[in-house]
Amino acid sequence: MDKIRIIEVKESIFADNNREADRIRAELKRQKTFLLNLMSSPGSGKTTLLMRTIEALKDELRIGVMEADIDSSVDAEKIAATGVRSIQLHTGGMCHLDAGMTEQGLKELGTEDLDLVVLENVGNLVCPAEFDTGAVKNAMILSVPEGHDKPLKYPLIFTVCDVLIINKIDVLPYFDFDLDKVREYAHMRNPKLKIFPVSAKTGEGMRAWTDWLRQQVGEWKRDEI
Amino acid sequence: MHELGIVFHIIKTVERVGEENQLSTVSSVTIQLGEVSGVVHHELADCWKWAVKKTELLKNAELLIETIPAVTFCEGCDTTYETVRHGRICPHCGSGHTYLVQGNEINLKEIAAC
Repeated sequence: MDKIRIIEVKESIFADNNREADRIRAELKRQKTFLLNLMSSPGSGKTTLLMRTIEALKDELRIGVMEADIDSSVDAEKIAATGVRSIQLHTGGMCHLDAGMTEQGLKELGTEDLDLVVLENVGNLVCPAEFDTGAVKNAMILSVPEGHDKPLKYPLIFTVCDVLIINKIDVLPYFDFDLDKVREYAHMRNPKLKIFPVSAKTGEGMRAWTDWLRQQVGEWKRDEI
Repeated sequence: MHELGIVFHIIKTVERVGEENQLSTVSSVTIQLGEVSGVVHHELADCWKWAVKKTELLKNAELLIETIPAVTFCEGCDTTYETVRHGRICPHCGSGHTYLVQGNEINLKEIAAC
């Protein structure tokens, strides 16, 4: 039998995933396609917010959606009803998407002719935050009934996101949810985080969010870097 | 479930290193887990046992885990303290302006193989 060797690797187990994610971003840059990774806990209104966002932008941008779930295709069917191209990804029991799975999804969707692709990640505030999917920007939704202490409980996701959308502000009067506190806690974890309080149901605040997204897509397509 | 994803990534990395170094059998893989990496050791070990059986290179490989202690730095009084014991609030001065220095790592340290 051969002699046993010790091979020192000394790298984060996410290193390969991060390299793959960088490769995806470079390819998307070449295609001038913007990928948004949208994360949240289950029931935060992710699909409703996405449908409203699509309605606001679909006349100006060519949009595609990838719905990731452990099982079922209820979300993909709702999105398909808005008229944009969408596919359902099943993670086969896993609680998050990684760069490899995202790449397969992008291939399946076909992105060459799209300006904006939204990846609706698995509803979960823990695991999706650890894996870079290759998205250009990361956004998360926190809904009012979930409480303003979430940045303290799930710090990592607030650190990796560029945008925090606070959804369901129409029910603020019924909950002990302090908007100033959530701003303070979230900025403690990530001073650069952009925060948009919205109600996807009534449409309040949605304009600021969709304006931001439109501007980001424009910059991604324009920049030579 | 989260641990399963991590196991898949460890296996993927080991397979890449195995190819680069022309390894035929891996006997053990040593990983370093930070105290606050959020990984549950016994879950990881269970996922490992299940997942390595499906591979050729790692089917008998043992998973060895080393722990990296979690340390937090306080900007209020320029000192460090044990994260797990005290959390986010500095035990010396009570400041909440603190950040983690180490302890969230999930690293692949080394592979024993032939």
